[in-house]
Amino acid sequence: MTTTTVSQAPLAKALAGRQRYIPAIGTLSLLIAMILVGSVRYEGFFSGQIILNLFIDNAFLLVVAVGMTFVILTGGIDLSVGAVVALSAMLCAWLVEKHGWPPLVVIPLVLLIGLLSGLGMGAIIHYFDIQPFIVTLAGMFLARGLCYTISLNSISISDPVFTDLAQMQIGLPGGLFVSSSAIFAVLIVAIAFVVLHYTRLGRNVYAVGGNKQSAMLMGLPVARTTMSVYAISGFCSAFGGVLFTLYMLSGYSLHAVGLELDAIAAVVIGGTLLTGGSGFVLGTVLGVLVLGVIQTIITFQGTLSSWWTRIVVGLLLLVFIALQRVIGARQR
Amino acid sequence: MITWTRHRLFWPVMLLVLLLLSNLFFTPDFFSIQMKQGHLYGSLIDILHFGAPLILVSLGMTLVIATGGIDLSVGAVVSISGALACWTISQQSDQGSLGVVVMAVALSLGVTALLGAWNGLLVAGAGIQPIIATLILMVAGRGVAQLITDGQIITVNSSPYKVIGGGYLATLPFSILLVAIVVAATALLTRRTALGLLLESVGGNAEASRLVGIRSRGLIAMTYIVAGLCAGVAGLMISSNVSSADGNNAGLWIELDAILAVVIGGTSLLGGRFSLTGTVIGALIIQTLSTTIYTIGVPPETTLVVKAIVVMIVCLAQSPSFRAKVFRRPGFAPPAARPGEPGPDAAPAGPADPTETKAEVPA
Repeated sequence: MTTTTVSQAPLAKALAGRQRYIPAIGTLSLLIAMILVGSVRYEGFFSGQIILNLFIDNAFLLVVAVGMTFVILTGGIDLSVGAVVALSAMLCAWLVEKHGWPPLVVIPLVLLIGLLSGLGMGAIIHYFDIQPFIVTLAGMFLARGLCYTISLNSISISDPVFTDLAQMQIGLPGGLFVSSSAIFAVLIVAIAFVVLHYTRLGRNVYAVGGNKQSAMLMGLPVARTTMSVYAISGFCSAFGGVLFTLYMLSGYSLHAVGLELDAIAAVVIGGTLLTGGSGFVLGTVLGVLVLGVIQTIITFQGTLSSWWTRIVVGLLLLVFIALQRVIGARQR
Repeated sequence: MITWTRHRLFWPVMLLVLLLLSNLFFTPDFFSIQMKQGHLYGSLIDILHFGAPLILVSLGMTLVIATGGIDLSVGAVVSISGALACWTISQQSDQGSLGVVVMAVALSLGVTALLGAWNGLLVAGAGIQPIIATLILMVAGRGVAQLITDGQIITVNSSPYKVIGGGYLATLPFSILLVAIVVAATALLTRRTALGLLLESVGGNAEASRLVGIRSRGLIAMTYIVAGLCAGVAGLMISSNVSSADGNNAGLWIELDAILAVVIGGTSLLGGRFSLTGTVIGALIIQTLSTTIYTIGVPPETTLVVKAIVVMIVCLAQSPSFRAKVFRRPGFAPPAARPGEPGPDAAPAGPADPTETKAEVPA
């Protein structure tokens, strides 16, 4: 009995105050393990380009998941992101192709629409005290429905600005390359990292997520923070939508169905508590990469069908939620 | 104001009646029901027939929401149930035999009950937030359904199986009768025994209920099993109606429709009280909305936009702070928001904060 406590003591001391890092460290170990297993099993898996492809293929998911991180940190949830991505892609395609608007007008307009829709949902959630789940569900219906009313068919994009941006490859040393969308995504991650960890808004997000009542009694601007996170998520969804447009070069009302689930999964796997108050932007990046590696492995395996992705992601969710539960129980 | 307008089902019923009446403008014989070849035909019958799976799923959802939970996985369970039944039948040489169908149905319902029990275990046993616990099955479940169907659409040719969702009994579609029986049984069990009261008590405060001797955990787990079973039966209906199973699209977004139906029906998402009648009316409103949009010739895709607007109106109407801020009637306003306060609509974020704090601290 005494020996166990003694042997556990240094570990407990080392972990004291750092428990919030455990899920993120778990995700990082998982990511490294998966890449190692992939490299051993599949020829040509371990290459710089495969890693860069993770960013290229998941650029839009990365941006959307970063926005979702803000919302989940405050203890909320945003179900509308997939639909807003689809609506943004649809608007880009429709305005540019069918109405001949210049892309440099359309893209800021789409970003503004995303921002304002998020702001509106945040305002309703805060001022009318309606559950985020229901409000963003309505937002999801609305955005998806608007997609359908714009066009039932897929609109493909042939505008040179979009095609050039989509095909642009930025060379890196060693014969590697990244796409423009991956650069944009990494840029968004960097901005989000600074905002969340080094600004007053970021601290307020954690405070509201930790305990809304306490934050309010401390005099923190709860209303502004709540609206900000939904506005950020709306903006990120619209930005993700623009990147998605670059990736698909088309607008279609069934684009990005279920993307909200992927984003939530990435955030949870990245170690953010769904109850709010604890988590990191970089954890979310790891979460997105884990999802990407799962897909890459399934592609490399060849014999596995795409639906295994969903099953594996579900299992990972289970493991990480259980992990959160165990850590949460120990803290109390 | 007359008291019956204050009844909590008044507005849902009015909405349903208005929706039904509005159809008269476009199809004058909307309410006529005809007898053809021994079956009843008519738009009203159609609404009940196509709305049957949604009513069932919403019914299970109501019980879960009554305990303060939520079940996001019902859509995935619907697709698993249909996929499993169709796969079992398609594996047999004699698809039309009654024994095969009974076995397939029993297997599906058994598995869906297990899936419900799994949710119940996570929520009641492990104490994970319901929205998160059921998210796991929501993500993985559709993958499992596609695994069962191997990514294909399984078609079956079995007349006994077809009865569940597309058959007729005593002039009415079989599915309507099935739903009527399930609704009646649930209503009897919850309102003629103490079960309903216990559920509401658990939803109000699970810990306090446990302390007064109610077995909260068992009750909560049971609601998830019932929700799983209801979704299972709904899945059988949907797949049987079209004699095929589509793991990818069967029951897609039905969980959201079901939650919507429950909310329209006046059950609070916070738990603690529920109305089965309200849920049935809510589900009928959603189905009538879809039917109406089809009959008046608006593109069916706009259904989603209309749904979004209906959700927002209903939620705002149910939100006490919305009523306090917008209508400012003395009966609705919480003490802190009585006249004399600065108008909250006029002042956005910053200046409104003090009133916000006062209004929300007692809650």
